[in-house]
Amino acid sequence: MITYLNILIDSPEFLAQLVINGLLVGAIFALIAYGLALIWGVMDIINFAQGEMVIFGGYITYTLFYQFGIHPILSIPIVAVLLFVFGLLVYKTVIYRLLGEKDIFITILATFGLAILMQQLMQAIFGPDVVTANPELGMMHIFDGKVSISNIQLISFLIAAAVAIALFIIMKYSRMGQAIRATAQNPRASRILGIDIEKVYANTFAINAALCGIGGALVVMVWTIHPFIGLVYTFRSFMIVILAGLGNFVGIIFAGMGISSLENVTGFVIGAEFQAAVIFCLLVIILVTRSILARKKRQYIQ
Amino acid sequence: MIIKNKQNNFIWLGLAISAIAPFFFPNHITLLTYIWVMIILALTWDMLGGQTGYTSFGNILFFGVGMYVCAVVQRDMFSSGLDRFERVSEVVVSLNASEYFISLAVGTFSGAIVAVLLAVILGSGILGMRGHYFAICTLGLGHAAAEITSGIEYLGAGSGMVTPIYPSELLVGKEGFYYYAFLLVAITTFFLFRKIYQSQFGLALNAIRDNENKAESMGIHTTQYKIAGWSISAFFLAIAGAGVGNVIGFIDPVEIAFSGPTFGVWMIVMAILGGKGTIWGPVLGAIILYSAKETFWTYLLGWDKVALGLLILIVVVYFPKGILGYFKERKQLSNSILSQKGES
Repeated sequence: MITYLNILIDSPEFLAQLVINGLLVGAIFALIAYGLALIWGVMDIINFAQGEMVIFGGYITYTLFYQFGIHPILSIPIVAVLLFVFGLLVYKTVIYRLLGEKDIFITILATFGLAILMQQLMQAIFGPDVVTANPELGMMHIFDGKVSISNIQLISFLIAAAVAIALFIIMKYSRMGQAIRATAQNPRASRILGIDIEKVYANTFAINAALCGIGGALVVMVWTIHPFIGLVYTFRSFMIVILAGLGNFVGIIFAGMGISSLENVTGFVIGAEFQAAVIFCLLVIILVTRSILARKKRQYIQ
Repeated sequence: MIIKNKQNNFIWLGLAISAIAPFFFPNHITLLTYIWVMIILALTWDMLGGQTGYTSFGNILFFGVGMYVCAVVQRDMFSSGLDRFERVSEVVVSLNASEYFISLAVGTFSGAIVAVLLAVILGSGILGMRGHYFAICTLGLGHAAAEITSGIEYLGAGSGMVTPIYPSELLVGKEGFYYYAFLLVAITTFFLFRKIYQSQFGLALNAIRDNENKAESMGIHTTQYKIAGWSISAFFLAIAGAGVGNVIGFIDPVEIAFSGPTFGVWMIVMAILGGKGTIWGPVLGAIILYSAKETFWTYLLGWDKVALGLLILIVVVYFPKGILGYFKERKQLSNSILSQKGES
């Protein structure tokens, strides 16, 4: 552990490599986390199947690439549309029936069941193997070749940024976007003013699913996926949202990139076998710290 | 009073049947053992999930901790320690009868103590949270434990450990011994939990479920009650874990000890299926789910876990009150209709 720390101190370009990788991939995480923040803020539910939706999007890209020969980058709009429809379907069959539920744990349990169902379905359909749909676009070297960036990472970063900007414009100027923001602020007042809340909720959930799908398509290009890795993405998005707060678009982008870089560096220092554990432990530490801080003021976080 | 007697007769009958069951189904003793394991899992989950309304997704942590601590004690207590040149996952200790049972007892007990300590330490951090944050935090616990254990060479890392072989020269076979051991633990858990729920402590737990802020303003230290409840369930869950490790004979961090998709999910589904927040609900749910799983789920081949996910969704969306909750509600409904008729 100390030796790895020394490597980082002795060769700053190695640290730069880890941080740059983290920043580029962090944009994808921020996208997924924004979807979570959206449904959390608007509908006050949290989605434990967030990561599974990401992996599902990844598998669609993978299938389109290897079965139909569609380039992964071109498959992104298809994935977005498919996942949007999937989101609507999940909303109509599951979430819609639980909206009036007072016990929030019922909704959480339902999305938990959905997560398990999706994991197992994906394992049954796509098999348990690790897959990737890397289009092999080569590498790029900066700082005299000491730091290398794969082009696909850069492209996925740009795509994530483009999607984020598009989303920002939609949320700000389109009627549905305005309705979603109004509902997040005050559902009752929006209903009185003639906003169809059911439709807003359905759209919000579907937009979240579409964002997860896009994130998944980018993940399968940059990294690898398998049916049971979804939980890690669920956790990353929770962590980002908790750090940034709900409805804070810029905060989510920075938190996404920061957490991703931190994860890369700690993963390198402590050892790759503990990288997933680091994510879980970081989340627990962040939450417990916040809880203790809140307790001093005789409050609690909920 | 009559109802109470009826219930007691029912319990005695059930116990009598359970006590002689191994003699009638000598080939299925392990299956019967697992029913008791499942009952313990569902009951311990219900302490927090049902009685206080805090749905914990991380109780599997204590199960796995009990399993690992017990296995380590069994391995290192009487042997000269493990040979460092050997691979940990292949170390098999052979113990004679007295050594086996002493190390099993010590291991189980120390596993339970470690689990309780963990519950107190983690609980003081996590149980102060509410709602979404609590759910997220507990979901991570089991997985973090599995990931950490997979990286520790002393515990056999990802390949796991082998628990000692049951001494062969004894009158009672391995399966029979563990059947009665689990029967004993399950009965103890059941009666102790029933006693707890009837006591003031149980009332406090239910007060937290109904309205935590009010409970707190009435002078109940809610967090401490939750920690105490969690510790009690951790104690029995760790005992169950220690036993299951020995029944299977092999421990693995992801697939067995901290297995979220199997034991971790089952305990939640069983408690909700039977009716959470009741004492009989988890027992009923455990028996129904496990029997269903063993009888026809094997025909689903690779799709059994898909069916499990679907089952959770259906139960949670359509029957969130569970079987007992459903009948309770119907009874209340008919009672209120009857009383209305009586008034008019």
